[in-house]
Amino acid sequence: MTVTTPDAGRAATTRPARKPSQRQQLKAQKRAMTPKERFVRRLPLLPALVLTIIVTQLPFVVTLYYSTLDWNLLHPEDGRRFVGLSNYTQAFTDETFRTAALNTVLMTASAVLISMLFGVGCAMLLDRKFFGRGVVRTLLISPFLVMPVAAALLWKYAAYNPVFGLLNAPAALFGAEPTDWVSKFPVASIVAVLVWQWTPFMTLIVLAGLQSQSLETMEAARVDGAGPWQAFRFVTFPHLRQYIELGLLLGSIYLVQTFDAIFTITQGGPGTATTNLPYFLYLEAFRAFDIGQAAALGVVVVVATIIVSTFALRVISSLFKGTEAHA
Amino acid sequence: MTAVTAPPAAPAARRPRAGYLWSAIAWLVGIAFFFPVLWMVLTGFKQESAAATNPPTVFTAPTLDQYRAIFDRDIMPYLINSAMASVFSVLLVIVLAVPAAYALSLRPVVKWRDVLFFFISTKMLPIVAAVVPIYITVKTLGMLDNIWTLVVLYTAMNLPLAIWVMRSFFLEVPKELLEASALDGAGLPTQLVRVIMPIVSPGIAATALICFIFSWNEFFFAVNLTSTNAATAPVFLVGFITSEGLFLARLCAAATLVSLPVLIAGWIAQNKLVRGLSMGAVK
Repeated sequence: MTVTTPDAGRAATTRPARKPSQRQQLKAQKRAMTPKERFVRRLPLLPALVLTIIVTQLPFVVTLYYSTLDWNLLHPEDGRRFVGLSNYTQAFTDETFRTAALNTVLMTASAVLISMLFGVGCAMLLDRKFFGRGVVRTLLISPFLVMPVAAALLWKYAAYNPVFGLLNAPAALFGAEPTDWVSKFPVASIVAVLVWQWTPFMTLIVLAGLQSQSLETMEAARVDGAGPWQAFRFVTFPHLRQYIELGLLLGSIYLVQTFDAIFTITQGGPGTATTNLPYFLYLEAFRAFDIGQAAALGVVVVVATIIVSTFALRVISSLFKGTEAHA
Repeated sequence: MTAVTAPPAAPAARRPRAGYLWSAIAWLVGIAFFFPVLWMVLTGFKQESAAATNPPTVFTAPTLDQYRAIFDRDIMPYLINSAMASVFSVLLVIVLAVPAAYALSLRPVVKWRDVLFFFISTKMLPIVAAVVPIYITVKTLGMLDNIWTLVVLYTAMNLPLAIWVMRSFFLEVPKELLEASALDGAGLPTQLVRVIMPIVSPGIAATALICFIFSWNEFFFAVNLTSTNAATAPVFLVGFITSEGLFLARLCAAATLVSLPVLIAGWIAQNKLVRGLSMGAVK
């Protein structure tokens, strides 16, 4: 899927000085360049472009084709049969599919929003000079660096374990019985791990936003008689907004693909309580080996993603406009 | 806990006591987020009997038994596979991304904006949607359970990010400097070596570290496309539990060991981390 919105493209300029005339400049260049020169310019780009197209674009075309087939690798004797759109009708009438779609939205949205909330808090704490600030920042980003599978296993066995899980110790102080956290709160136990790992990411982005804020603007606000709350509400927040949006978007792009934590902690269960679309597709493709059905699911996921990412690209390009204005 | 507030431009400066309070809170929050990591490391040095207790045991004589046990269980091949998949894909990414980023910044091709946004749009497509044809193709080619399959996939996975980040570094090369060196008669190769490389090489290092983090931690392709020969560290961790039941201390030792390279890489790159993660959009 190529994005050719001229609007999105134009905004990608990060050099304010060149911006106004750049398009004309390029047009002039295009006229001035011979085909050979243009090819020479393209040359360094080609290997990367070719590899990306082969590995990321071709599979989607093939997925489209597979999605029209009745093809199960467990029954090679049946071969492949063209069945039109029946894989899609099957997907949409399948209740597990609808649950998985809902779970995906629910888990992604809650993990992204909660980690952004924590991220803003942590970033505000780190935006002051204090003793050991570098150390605290290093401590804070560490969860993001732990291998996701290791993090999921750690939480599952060291924190959530019903017998000796760490979460039971403080609960026991209040006389509570040991709890089987994962089966009692399956969605929450997945989201908690995601929030723990992604709060550092949000913190770093919001912190970058806070630190790019010019001191003069704050000074001016204070001279104009703004209190701390007003300064935050009318100066800091509008400036931070684009960073928050970027964090939410990038977070969603990564977290909508959550697989490791679900595979490790709940295996999509109990029942289908934590089955999201990636995990459901994994079950169809690598447990049931129903290639046609898995491909149809893949197409549905792609269409949904294109809708979301069109929006995402617009926000990213508006951020480029934003950084231009601040530069 | 000692907390000293330097005089910042914030309103807190006027109320030093509030400043101490906020510093203490910052420390507490940092420690809270780090605590599970710390617990993982500590548990890895415990005996199994001390790891699985309620209430939890904090102090116990440290032991290296668990690490010995992991190496006896042959973690080495998995670590080597992970290292190969990550290092070779990172090298390939750099070789492909640096020229591409150059062609999208300093000497841009005609439709550079479209190309740039094409790259980022591929990053937004979920990997799961492509995995079926990739699996079939790899299987047909007889490349299942082969480390080079992972190398190619990780390269493609990290390329868009690397191109965007590298481009943001290329744009930092002052145009005046290029013009001046051209006036002095420097050709393109001289410019590349003398002017451009010194400015962008920290960017290359940062990009490499971030791509390394993503490749090292990747699980979805690894678990579905490898079995015995090419399985990577996260696959080892998962298989570890199902085959043996629960050995918490040993699990924590293994988790610590496989997380260590990325923790170190991330700590080193932390000033550039945000720039890489936001694809160069945030500096």
